[in-house]
Amino acid sequence: MISDKPHHLRQQYDVVVTGAGPAGMAAAIGASEAGAAHVLIIDREREAGGILQQCIHQGFGMHHFGEELTGPEYAQRFLAQVEAHGIDIITDTFVDVARSDKTLKLMSAHEGVRVISAGAVVLATGARERTRGAIRLPGTRPSGIYTAGVAQRFVNMLGCLPGTRAVILGSGDIGLIMARRLALEGVEVVGVYEIMPHPNGLNRNIVHCLHDFDIPLHLSTTVVEVHGRDRLESVTVAPVDDQRVPIMAQAAQIPCDTLLLAIGLIPERELADGLRLRMDTVTGGPLVSSTMETSQDGIYACGNGVHIHDLVDFVTQESLLAGHSAGDSLFGRRPPVDNVRMIPGENVVSCVPHTISTDREHTVYLRVRRALDKCAIRFGEIYEKKLRYVFPAETVTVRLTPRFLARFPGGALRIDILPRQGARGDEEAA
Amino acid sequence: MRYDVAIVGGGVVGCALAYALTRYQLNTLLIEKACDVGFGTSKANSGVIHGGHHSRAGTLRGDLEWAGNRQWLLLCRDLGIGFRQVGELMLALSDADVPVLEEYKRQGDARGVPGLTLWDRQQVRDDTPSITEDMVAALYAPTTAVINPYEACFALFDHARANGLRVALDHAVTGIAAVQDSWVVQTQGGDFEADFVLNAAGLYADEVAAMAGVGTFDIHPRKGEELLLDKRLEGIVRHIIFPCPTPISKGILVIPTLDGTIMIGPSAQEVTAKDEVTTTMEGGSEVFAGAQRLVPGIQMRDCIAEFAGLRAIADGDDFIIGTTVAHGFVNVAGIQSPGLTAAPAIAERVCAILRDEGLALRPKTTFVSLPAVRARFAGLTTEEQARLSAQDARYSHIICRCEGISEREIIDAIRAGGNTLDGIKFRTRAGMGRCQGAFCAWRCMALLAQERQTPLHTLTKRGGGSWLVCARPEEPS
Ligand SMILES: Cc1cc2nc3c(=O)[nH]c(=O)nc-3n(C[C@H](O)[C@H](O)[C@H](O)COP(=O)(O)OP(=O)(O)OC[C@H]3O[C@@H](n4cnc5c(N)ncnc54)[C@H](O)[C@@H]3O)c2cc1C
Ligand SMILES: Cc1cc2nc3c(=O)[nH]c(=O)nc-3n(C[C@H](O)[C@H](O)[C@H](O)COP(=O)(O)OP(=O)(O)OC[C@H]3O[C@@H](n4cnc5c(N)ncnc54)[C@H](O)[C@@H]3O)c2cc1C
Repeated sequence: MISDKPHHLRQQYDVVVTGAGPAGMAAAIGASEAGAAHVLIIDREREAGGILQQCIHQGFGMHHFGEELTGPEYAQRFLAQVEAHGIDIITDTFVDVARSDKTLKLMSAHEGVRVISAGAVVLATGARERTRGAIRLPGTRPSGIYTAGVAQRFVNMLGCLPGTRAVILGSGDIGLIMARRLALEGVEVVGVYEIMPHPNGLNRNIVHCLHDFDIPLHLSTTVVEVHGRDRLESVTVAPVDDQRVPIMAQAAQIPCDTLLLAIGLIPERELADGLRLRMDTVTGGPLVSSTMETSQDGIYACGNGVHIHDLVDFVTQESLLAGHSAGDSLFGRRPPVDNVRMIPGENVVSCVPHTISTDREHTVYLRVRRALDKCAIRFGEIYEKKLRYVFPAETVTVRLTPRFLARFPGGALRIDILPRQGARGDEEAA
Repeated sequence: MRYDVAIVGGGVVGCALAYALTRYQLNTLLIEKACDVGFGTSKANSGVIHGGHHSRAGTLRGDLEWAGNRQWLLLCRDLGIGFRQVGELMLALSDADVPVLEEYKRQGDARGVPGLTLWDRQQVRDDTPSITEDMVAALYAPTTAVINPYEACFALFDHARANGLRVALDHAVTGIAAVQDSWVVQTQGGDFEADFVLNAAGLYADEVAAMAGVGTFDIHPRKGEELLLDKRLEGIVRHIIFPCPTPISKGILVIPTLDGTIMIGPSAQEVTAKDEVTTTMEGGSEVFAGAQRLVPGIQMRDCIAEFAGLRAIADGDDFIIGTTVAHGFVNVAGIQSPGLTAAPAIAERVCAILRDEGLALRPKTTFVSLPAVRARFAGLTTEEQARLSAQDARYSHIICRCEGISEREIIDAIRAGGNTLDGIKFRTRAGMGRCQGAFCAWRCMALLAQERQTPLHTLTKRGGGSWLVCARPEEPS
């Protein structure tokens, strides 16, 4: 039952999922499929769907549903499944703390302050946007500097516009989509600026969000200073060299009253911190095992709260697994303990999950440090695979099967992504 | 109405003056050009109540630092605001620094500052393991404390108002004219007549003095940049960590703030413009380098916000507090560091000056004490939270997710005078956490618009031209 009204919340649930984004919904479905009878999803926003509610463009679900859906459509499909499974959802409710004993403190206007307990907990808290402080953007502190998400809220929730003339920093999908959204709303979008030599968003979005609206994209260029005492008046932009150092001799001042920051997401970590989970300093999310269990028993995590995903389909896949595992744990069904530690090596910055087991198939998600064409990914001595290219903005997804893993005695498994030299195995796109 | 006293400037000094004067049977007026009090240097500083041993003997700064330190202890209790005596460690990073520590200890001892102790390397390391290996010794001062400077301004101001202070916000003083035995203070919003004018205009005190015909000094702005770090670092230091000071600066500190975050800074740079509060790459990097020299575990990527403030440095480098040749015009100027610390002691001194000048200071029989600023909802026990939320459901409606600030607290802040997004932020902390308002800004704006019955596009970040959003163009029908 979906509700933001007072209703009969149970005191005890089999599985409680925090976050009703795609990760939370899939995890709840997974738990229910595994046999959990009472599953609850909690979200602090008014509506379920997480970040998907804001993504009114097409491009979700190619892998999972075999068709292209908008974000809200993708969310709607899961919501229907959630309802069909008889899972409770409560929105407009804040999970203030989750504790190791699997009690959760909730706060909302309709429920007041309550503590409920669970047999297993899944953290599906998603990500937050990086802010001005994270990139240490110098200058004054006027109004008119917003993250893309805030600007989106102004338009969607308050029915007003963030300004009249906007510069967008960051060419990830969020930046591109906001460029189009503002252009459609009648805001003059001066341009999208990207510090990297390549755009960070999907090519499709470059075409549909920028080209179709004649919005220029400036690569290898960044905003180096903001000006204006009360309201933003202009920004200084400058091209950067290959070390990403601004070339100030070529800087230019661009009048604008709005600067939108679309400079990346980082996992939401409040609840994980409160639980004192062991964290990955690179991804910013908790360490997880092959069942998406965190460093604490019965506490699972999935979705953007663990690491940032490019595609919602992988969020769903990973979260179904987390939910299944959480459900299974209630019945004492636990697979053998992981016997392999994944160690990021050459040109690998992160790998999720952090441990796997040699007896099962796993999907692992990696991020690379630098772009490489025609390369190979190597898992220790046991498995090597050709990749057409790798790219920092794109996750490398690899399926590891017991066929290869069986050769490994266990322990630390180092992963390298190297220029290709006589690689074995099948070629596949990253 | 003819006022007994008009205070020009609503920084911490102006607010402390107002608080002190409204204890007496006087008509007092505070004139501030910004839309709220404390929006100048008084909100952009380190928030340190200095220990009492920092400033040289024989200077106003030195005398009033220690007196102010003692007073804040009681004042914060009276005002019901946060005050935490975290203590400080001044580090010697080489043997050459040790005599400097000893000198500071002597300076404090002579003034009666209790508890100053020299710690050897091992003692410091046992106490705070995150401190640099390079440290050879430290001077420990238990008297050093932290407050939230903006909270102090609001509390002083709110109390003064509750006790009859008249207020003219958004009124910039443009001229001051002597008329017979009183003064006419001119603003765009009208003239005010007063017997005494207190010049607490911070960076602009030289210009305000000149308006009264006693422009005998200049104020030079000296910029300080500060960086706020993520809560992740909470607990990395328990005391404020100072480097060994140089003759011109206290140096860059590592400060455990009242709210549990870590702040580092400030830098010190002479600038020319009095509104030059930009943050710079160089300044930020200097602060980081300075902080890492003391606590190497601090990392650049933990920065969540940067800001800069301007110290108002008067010729002679000391505070200028006293009468002028223009009878009734009193300077409270050049209040650079440690001005926050000294503010209550400055107010006390100014009261004495006014008495000497013939102003009758008759204590009021009743002084209204406001209920202590309620402990933040997030800091209460679950039981207390449940009790409050049963009384008012808005307590359990969380608006700021980083700091756990409730709708009821936002409404209280708006009703207490928070007219802008910054006004709400500095009264509640909503928007000061790691997401920097991504979650709460629009929610706070919606509440403010609703409370004030005003369209969203009329709201500002901090008054003036700092508008936040504009109305959507009308849909063609
Ligand atoms: C602009 C944009 C465009 C994208 N485009 C595509 C695309 O074209 N195709 C595609 O496949 N993928 C796309 N993605 C990626 C995909 O949408 C995300 O990876 C996915 O939404 C992440 O899901 P999640 O459930 O982990 O997080 P979220 O969707 O962020 O959900 C997390 C939820 O947890 C809630 N929450 C957090 N903390 C608490 C708490 N303490 N108490 C209560 N609730 C809490 C939040 O309110 C939120 O609703 C895009 C992402 C963005 C941002
Ligand atoms: C980076 C930095 C760190 C610091 N750290 C500390 C510290 O840790 N401890 C400490 O004790 N001190 C510290 N200080 C010093 C302390 O902040 C100041 O001494 C103190 O805030 C000065 O208060 P004020 O009221 O005099 O000035 P302000 O706060 O500047 O107030 C002056 C007010 O006058 C108003 N005004 C100006 N002109 C007019 C006009 N014409 N009409 C009407 N109003 C006018 C302004 O708008 C302003 O609000 C620091 C200073 C800086 C810059």
